[in-house]
Amino acid sequence: MSKWLNPRSGLGLTLIVVALVALPFVAGMGGQAWVRILNFAILYAFLALGLNIVVGFAGLLDLGYIAFYAVGAYLWALLASPHFGLHLPFWVILPLGALVAGIAGALLGAPTLKLRGDYLAIVTLGFGEIVRIFMNNLNAPVNITNGAQGITMIDPVSVAGLKFSATTTLFGITITGPQKYYYLLVLLALGVILVNFRLQHSRIGRAWQAIREDEIAAKAIGINTRNVKLLAFAMGASFGGIAGGIFAAMQGFVSPESFSLIESIMILAMVVLGGMGHIPGVILGAVLLTVLPEALRYAVVPVQKALFGEVLADPESLRMLIFGLALILVMRFKPAGLWPSPERRRELSEKTQ
Amino acid sequence: MSARPVLLEAQAVAKHFGGVKALRDVSLTIRQGEVYGLIGPNGAGKTTFFNCMTGLYVPDGGGFVFDGAPLKADAPHQAAERGIARTFQNIRLFGNMTALENVMVGRHVRTKAGVVGAIVCDRGTREEEAAIRRRAEELLHYVGVEDQADDLAKNLSYGDQRRLEIARALATDPKLLCLDEPAAGMNGAETEELRVLIEGIRADGVTILLIEHDVKLVMGLCDRVAVLDYGALVIEDVPSVVQHDPRVIEAYIGVAA
Amino acid sequence: MDILLQQIINGLVQGAIYAMVALGYTMVYGIMGLINFAHGEVVMIGTLVAITVVTLLLKAGVPVMLAGACGIVAAAVACMALGWTLERVAYRPLRNAPRLTPLITAIGCSIVLQNVAMMVWGRNYMTFPPLIEKTQFEIAGASFTSVQVMIVLVAAISMGGLLFLVYRTKLGMAMRATAQNPAVAGLMGVNANRVISSAFVIGSALGAVAGVMVGTYYEIAHYQMGFMLGLKAFTAAVLGGIGNLAGAMAGGVLLGLIEALGAGYIGDLTGGFLGSHYQDIFAFVVLILVLMFRPSGLFGEKTGDRA
Repeated sequence: MSKWLNPRSGLGLTLIVVALVALPFVAGMGGQAWVRILNFAILYAFLALGLNIVVGFAGLLDLGYIAFYAVGAYLWALLASPHFGLHLPFWVILPLGALVAGIAGALLGAPTLKLRGDYLAIVTLGFGEIVRIFMNNLNAPVNITNGAQGITMIDPVSVAGLKFSATTTLFGITITGPQKYYYLLVLLALGVILVNFRLQHSRIGRAWQAIREDEIAAKAIGINTRNVKLLAFAMGASFGGIAGGIFAAMQGFVSPESFSLIESIMILAMVVLGGMGHIPGVILGAVLLTVLPEALRYAVVPVQKALFGEVLADPESLRMLIFGLALILVMRFKPAGLWPSPERRRELSEKTQ
Repeated sequence: MSARPVLLEAQAVAKHFGGVKALRDVSLTIRQGEVYGLIGPNGAGKTTFFNCMTGLYVPDGGGFVFDGAPLKADAPHQAAERGIARTFQNIRLFGNMTALENVMVGRHVRTKAGVVGAIVCDRGTREEEAAIRRRAEELLHYVGVEDQADDLAKNLSYGDQRRLEIARALATDPKLLCLDEPAAGMNGAETEELRVLIEGIRADGVTILLIEHDVKLVMGLCDRVAVLDYGALVIEDVPSVVQHDPRVIEAYIGVAA
Repeated sequence: MDILLQQIINGLVQGAIYAMVALGYTMVYGIMGLINFAHGEVVMIGTLVAITVVTLLLKAGVPVMLAGACGIVAAAVACMALGWTLERVAYRPLRNAPRLTPLITAIGCSIVLQNVAMMVWGRNYMTFPPLIEKTQFEIAGASFTSVQVMIVLVAAISMGGLLFLVYRTKLGMAMRATAQNPAVAGLMGVNANRVISSAFVIGSALGAVAGVMVGTYYEIAHYQMGFMLGLKAFTAAVLGGIGNLAGAMAGGVLLGLIEALGAGYIGDLTGGFLGSHYQDIFAFVVLILVLMFRPSGLFGEKTGDRA
């Protein structure tokens, strides 16, 4: 990290704070769509940090993480929309979302405790898909999730009567809905980062790392690997639950489509490509993989028109193609990720010699 | 010499892998405060015995009584909680953690800060962390690896790795320390240092179970020795008797007593 | 009870297809310990290549049988080339990397292939031209078609051929040796690279045939069909014991039967709570249960962990 951005120095800290506060307004100059993209980047950073606990700290390969995002989102949808006629406030639903998702995490993790790497991945993938299929079909005989149509007209976050879906003017400054969400997200994200950092350097964090390194030795020195792994699943899932709730509020509707396998893979990619186990790397991965495809979307059509005179490949498939290629290339040339922790870079560079 | 209290009792422990009978009704007793040696040719079942005792394998027959109560099978972390610590024949350190961190993890079973403590970082948690670090540093010093405290465990020399593993095991405050071939691959000088270390550990009140091939080390260090051969206990007695037992000599044909 | 025989027949046919695809997974996993996520996509491309070739030839007036044969050959060639390329370019450089790295690469390959297929063949469902007369037969109240018979026949012949290859040829012995102990096999003069390439190529060839089977059976194809098929075939391989060829075949047939019977009876079993659109869940549930309670599968060996 360059000297200027070092958060440990007073100057660095101030610069970062100023940049964070000003960012939505700078982005807003290009249109509110960019603020929304920013918000999604932060949301995905949440998810990536949550998954980082499971994959990066504890070394448990989870390909079904999106299920917890779905749990959090549907919980908000059920508790704050016309669907059941409930309209609970955010400070009730978000902690509840974390709790419910955390329990779901422990439940889905419990059967996987004896599995090794690849099998663990496949089973978690299966769980993620099962959750999605249930979300898609739980509309009969009792309509819980409203099936493939999803739930609409979800309440936005509302603080002191101020709805986050509308624009307000405070002290002469106009703040749009997305910009309000931005600040909420940044605050929550800072909390999540702090929690992650503290977990990493704690007794539990060491236990996770020990399990990742050598599970048998970890058991032999007295670590209750079962409980510690469940804890990793639960903690990781709880972040997904919070993110899901805000997602539902921001978007105004939820449907099973948003929670498919490719989303789980995307989040895993953010963790792995960014730098597994390394908090700054994971955030970088999330931001890159959210913002770049969006930027690409604007460039793809004009570039193709300039080169070929017509659009050969639509932005969506090209975007996924590039994503797939990125996975292959990064794993080939920078398997430790783009911004790995120093130990990890050494660990992986020696192995692939 | 009046008998010291019994710390560990193995009762007719049996284990087989498919058709191979790795352990046949092995019964032995380890007394508090002694250094107890377990020797035998390769494949005799010594490490299998270890693994059954520490919960990594489930015995097919018999069991263990430790410190008055039976040991639960298939629960390695509980063995550590009850006070049994071990090292591994093939050294199983946490390679990408530093030496200090390896020993700090050893304190896990005797400390209690959980997720809440970690996140909130209250005074109690911070004090516990500081205590963990202090104790880890002490133990590194005790085994003689304090200069490598911040090096990654996988980068330590072989001898240092062995000693680090012992430090990590000691961090669990064990009543019984089980060492699986700690002198393997060591030269004369290193083996002597190891002997001094083990004597020191015994002097500090820890009972030691030692698997070793280095017969000289075992006979010089141990209060009592058990010999396994083809999974069965051949003899359990003081070294001078064991050394001259004809069955032992036969099992080890060619090895000077 | 009336639908039992019908469901069994359907299950056997579907199972034969799963078995063919499962072999590709199991061979690669047996030798390399890698889950080749992209295998399902390779099968998909086989189907689409076959459609293109057959449609072109039929339009040019080539007789159906010949066009069909060319289609299969073209699919096989395409898939074998694809499988070979995947191994050579994407997986070989990562042979010594920790498990996670090639897994992610495999996922990346899967995504790339899916999207290339979409760009080449479009998003729409494509019809597979009929290759043989679809005559219907009846037995004991259940019906089956000539297509189904062909599928089971071709599958049986292909799998028989594979077993012959693996157990009676030098290459097969080399493959088995490498699967057991790569280092020692190498010392005995086995060229690991050749063996691994062969595993990929043979698995892909079988996958191509399976792809044509899927096309003729369901009469449609789509760029996304590889994912579910691949996942289910992998489940079948695990069910039978990953790394075990006979296991993959048995697992495939068994999974087909479980799915067919389950879909047929799930309404009755759950009192109407779960309908047949929950069918896809069966594969996942089977997978999870097998991995949890018998990870070595039906025919695999139990591998312990010697400390």
